[in-house]
Amino acid sequence: MAIITYREAVKEALREEMRRDERVFMLGEDIGIYGGALGVTAGMIEEFGPERIRNTPISEAAIAGTAVGAAAMGMRPVAEIMYMDFTTLSMDQLVNQAAKIRYMFGGKAKIPMVLRTQGGAGRCNAGQHSQSLEAWFVHVPGLYVIQPSTPYDVKGLLKSAIRDDNPVIFIEHKMIYATKGEVPEGEYLVPIGVADVKREGTDVTIVATSMMLFSALEAAAELAKGGIEAEVVDPRTLFPLDIETILNSVKKTNHLVIVHEANERCGVGAEIAAQVADKGFDYLDAPIKRVCGPNSVIPYNQHLERLFIPSVEGIVKAAKGILS
Amino acid sequence: MSLDNKQLLWMYKTMVTIRGFEERAFDLFKRGLVRGSIHFYIGEEAMATGACAAIKPEDAITATHRGHGQCIAKGAKVDLMLAELLGKVTGYCKGKGGSMHIADVDHGILGANGIVGGGIPLATGAALAFKVQKVPKVCLCFFGDGASNQGVLLESANLAAIWKLPVIYVCENNQYGLSMCVKDSVACPNIADRAVAFGMPGVVVDGNDPIAVYEAVSAAVERARAGDGPTFIEGKTYRWMGHFSGDADVYRSKEEKEEWKKKDPIARFEKMLTERGLLNEGKVKTFRQGVDKELEEAEKFAIESPEPGPETLLTDIYA
Repeated sequence: MAIITYREAVKEALREEMRRDERVFMLGEDIGIYGGALGVTAGMIEEFGPERIRNTPISEAAIAGTAVGAAAMGMRPVAEIMYMDFTTLSMDQLVNQAAKIRYMFGGKAKIPMVLRTQGGAGRCNAGQHSQSLEAWFVHVPGLYVIQPSTPYDVKGLLKSAIRDDNPVIFIEHKMIYATKGEVPEGEYLVPIGVADVKREGTDVTIVATSMMLFSALEAAAELAKGGIEAEVVDPRTLFPLDIETILNSVKKTNHLVIVHEANERCGVGAEIAAQVADKGFDYLDAPIKRVCGPNSVIPYNQHLERLFIPSVEGIVKAAKGILS
Repeated sequence: MSLDNKQLLWMYKTMVTIRGFEERAFDLFKRGLVRGSIHFYIGEEAMATGACAAIKPEDAITATHRGHGQCIAKGAKVDLMLAELLGKVTGYCKGKGGSMHIADVDHGILGANGIVGGGIPLATGAALAFKVQKVPKVCLCFFGDGASNQGVLLESANLAAIWKLPVIYVCENNQYGLSMCVKDSVACPNIADRAVAFGMPGVVVDGNDPIAVYEAVSAAVERARAGDGPTFIEGKTYRWMGHFSGDADVYRSKEEKEEWKKKDPIARFEKMLTERGLLNEGKVKTFRQGVDKELEEAEKFAIESPEPGPETLLTDIYA
């Protein structure tokens, strides 16, 4: 086992898959010599050359759209959109083209592309550089959406995403690139569509995505001091969602708190809550609580921004609230 | 680059087939057998025909929402197309796509597209694939004067130019983007004037002359295969019918339509081939009867084909 950062884990996945399959290539802004705006691709153009590590102009629609076209013709592109906030500029290509081509063409086409991007607040990047927009993509039939939290998960899932024949929206988080974790030496994959119980418990289930996983684990440690054992479930893949793992957990704990950084309204927490309320109604001893960003634009000021991001205290409070 | 008799007669047959197909599709629409909308290519046959005459079966195209002519010229079969228009499971897209999404990726038809300009980045991406795969294939990207104002055209064309991608942008300027006349929507006298800004050669041709279109596209294809990058070709043409099957077409004058009908690409080509001795009254009749028969059989096939079963609603969303 090696201990590497989330960033290094992403790069290892990209490197390994590019070495393994010559159809894999990357395109995006500043991914060449600059090494990527978040440092992910540093050193890669030196190994793979400019044909396979393609620096693009600032043209998000073309970045996404050419990836779709290349994928339709048998390549396996990994396109990068620098900030998730900019996926707004690629929406037609992702939603109307990538997601729908297979279905509209009667199953006679496939779009094996990965759109890598990163979201999240915490760097005072303000409203247009800090969003978590995964719910938009989970809503679109035809797309897979993956949002891993740890180095182990991000590497294994990125490899799986690149090998998968569906268009995948792969969402990293800017604040966790430097976090470290154990990653096996040698080849491994994490399956798409399988959640991970990151901490076992009996009293309350906390489902947490992306950076919020770490806050949930901290909250669990805090709760444990008071004798409450939380089970922390990391969905890892938002679609296809492993609702079974979540339901099995709620069956055991009878209480559910869902945590995500994206603002609450119509976030993925709403979808998870609705599914559990439907399929796990008899398991629940209390209402399902969501601990999310407020329904606000993300502010610039560092103190205000901190208020936007769900806190450990907020998670603890929500859990205690439904247990009392 | 010059056309032999076989190619000329193929062009003629293709244009006649396209027009016959559109007329038949309209008839089926009026009979309630084609749902949604159809966007007719009548009057524009020379564009797709001339362009596709310049490429090979292994090359690719992206088509538009007005894409029946482009698909037929690329080699799509009229029976599978009609079946798709009727929403039947035997159609190109198993009834799941309809008129605006007819596709046959295995034969280089990367789809008609319901989004104006939607095929532009896709064609550019296909060309990117060909470049990275190091194969001498090209992609023709059809789009209209309306689409020429989409921002993604700039993005894609610029990318194609900097990377010297083997894509040929074929702008079918039929003078109208739905109800908006091109003189009111495009600031330049010719849409191809923008090619300079995109960093590629721009060519304007008579879009109703399939040979002129063929010659321009051929030169562009040669350029692309040589690794010299994209070209922007604009063909001036005109659509005889409204934007779609329900368009009252009040925004165009009767006089304008009559003027353009005098430049009917099929009549012109027929006259030219007759003058060259390749056609005569008898041969024309044979050709047209042959096309009619083919379309008649295609219609029968489409009508007799089954609908997709309800279980197919949720199939093929994912690979």
